[in-house]
Amino acid sequence: MENKKYSKEMLFDFYQTMIRIRYFELKLTEYFTKGMLYGNIHTSIGQEAVAAGANKALEKTDFITATHRGHGQIIAKGADTKIMMAELFGKSTGYCKGKGGSMHVADVSLGILGANGIVGAGIPIAVGSALASKIKGTNEVSMAIFGDAASNQGVFHEAVNMSAAWKLPVVFLCENNSYGVSVNIHTVTNTDTIAERAKAYNIPGVTVDGNDPIAVYEEVKKAVEYARKGNGPSIVECMTWRVRGHYEGDRALYRSKEVEEGWSKKDPIDNFRNHLLKEGIEEHEIVSIEEITKKEIDDAIQFALDSPLPDYSEVTTDVYSDDNGRCVAR
Amino acid sequence: MKKITVSKAISEGLHEEMLRDENVIILGEDVGEMGNVFAITQGFQEEFGAHRVIDTPISEAGFLGMSVGAAMRGIRPVVELMYVDFIGVSMDPIMNQAAKMRYMTGGQVSVPMVLRAPQGSGRRNAGQHSQNLETFFTHIPGLKVVCPSTAKDAKGLIKAAIRDDDPVVFLEHRLLYAKKEEIPEGEYIIPLGKADIKREGKDITIITWSRQVYFALEAAAELAKEGIDAEVLDLRSLVPLDWEAIRESVCKTHNVVIVHEGVKRSGFGGELSAQITEELFDELDSPVERVAALNVVPPFAPTLEDAFFPHPEDIVKAVKKVLNK
Repeated sequence: MENKKYSKEMLFDFYQTMIRIRYFELKLTEYFTKGMLYGNIHTSIGQEAVAAGANKALEKTDFITATHRGHGQIIAKGADTKIMMAELFGKSTGYCKGKGGSMHVADVSLGILGANGIVGAGIPIAVGSALASKIKGTNEVSMAIFGDAASNQGVFHEAVNMSAAWKLPVVFLCENNSYGVSVNIHTVTNTDTIAERAKAYNIPGVTVDGNDPIAVYEEVKKAVEYARKGNGPSIVECMTWRVRGHYEGDRALYRSKEVEEGWSKKDPIDNFRNHLLKEGIEEHEIVSIEEITKKEIDDAIQFALDSPLPDYSEVTTDVYSDDNGRCVAR
Repeated sequence: MKKITVSKAISEGLHEEMLRDENVIILGEDVGEMGNVFAITQGFQEEFGAHRVIDTPISEAGFLGMSVGAAMRGIRPVVELMYVDFIGVSMDPIMNQAAKMRYMTGGQVSVPMVLRAPQGSGRRNAGQHSQNLETFFTHIPGLKVVCPSTAKDAKGLIKAAIRDDDPVVFLEHRLLYAKKEEIPEGEYIIPLGKADIKREGKDITIITWSRQVYFALEAAAELAKEGIDAEVLDLRSLVPLDWEAIRESVCKTHNVVIVHEGVKRSGFGGELSAQITEELFDELDSPVERVAALNVVPPFAPTLEDAFFPHPEDIVKAVKKVLNK
């Protein structure tokens, strides 16, 4: 992280995005433990730098598809934490009116084409979004976000291959946290990295430190510019660590203590905070931004708690755009 | 009126929609340079360009998933599976993505795509190329399912399907493509969810769709010789379902046979039979009868395949059984 080249404002932006995600996720673990959240919660604690760095490289008008572990990416793309929290609590004020929950948060107006509960399924959707931009002659870039495990889905190959053949404006952002639930990527894959598969498609591929938001930002920015100029897709693989288990309640006993401890020294937020101090930013300024952000998340929780659950009558709405009543009835 | 084949009718519908709306695109295997194995999109790539008529690699899950993404961005993809059987490798984009996206996002997005897939038995294509899989799709809320029979219907319905904002699965019967029939000149639309009485009758209602409409008509002609007046109701679309048309016909004839080419077990006929029995029991003079394919794998040899799926004589037999004649 050597750079005087980034403004204080930009550095703060990276930091605030990361702590916004961290505080958001920590609140979820707290409320899940209290039994106040429904379903499953997959947090992205430890992976915040990937989200903060990658989304900073996108324009507001660009698109992403996120994963089941997508809260961080979605927040980094600009989602309102209040509306998002409300969705995670299944409230009618949420992004999806309580119909989607954690794995399906979307805000199309912000370019968030949805998290996804099916591993790898967002990859061809992002490529389809890129195809739409090409057909319309507009210059948005679409970013497919996926984990290391999703790279072993067939649609990863199909989607990367087609986007490479047709030079579609897409970036494949791999969040490599080494685990698909309990299975280590190296026990099921014969390459050291996911990015080296890029060779097979004749596209650029790079592996970066996914716990350094600036490193992520710089590589994704290159890939975004490359795509926007019409050169086609790239793979950017970010090496990171999922601090919690696959979902809340998973103690992740399949990972060794030593490896976990090694990664705990690489916490993206602790490290970046030290970096800010080294850059000459005053402690009180950092504390101030932390307090503001904590308050934002506390407010989001309050908003979610105060919001009503959807009315029972909502169960049959929004299935179809046209002729909904008849199609739902029979 | 003019006389054209069913495949030409579909082609005309697609062509008119491509001209009308530049957001309509066509993609799939061999739809571009070759113009589809049944010549349905022949000349389209030349006319509309390779960016709107796209030859895909053999990556069904990939290009169906792409179609979902493009549709979420306002493109209206008409994506083709060369055989409906290939949905086996590509169901996720349809059942978990296209069908659910609107609901899961609280109504934020629509997925205005059409999945065109030829299906049907009778071409001696054996186990993996002869199935009728409409119930795969009717079982998934969020999808609309259309099964046209005539050339006139096929054209009007494909146009409605393309203009519809929801994902529509459009199942064409391969053995109807070459049928030459009269259709109206010029543009017209047939709305989804409107059944059509292909033959009026007063003694019994034969509810059916796709190629079995023709078999039902043959059966009805045969039955007429024996003084039985059968009504043939072509559903045309299964979702949305034209319940009013079913109700009216059943209330008129009080006897029902449901005919479809897909296998009987968990077929859509079972669903229709249940709905009719639940809601119109007092109208019925006899139990609802189903005529459908056997619960076996589509066979190859002509003798076996003909024994596998319904033919007019099976329908005649079922009608007589119901009417006790």
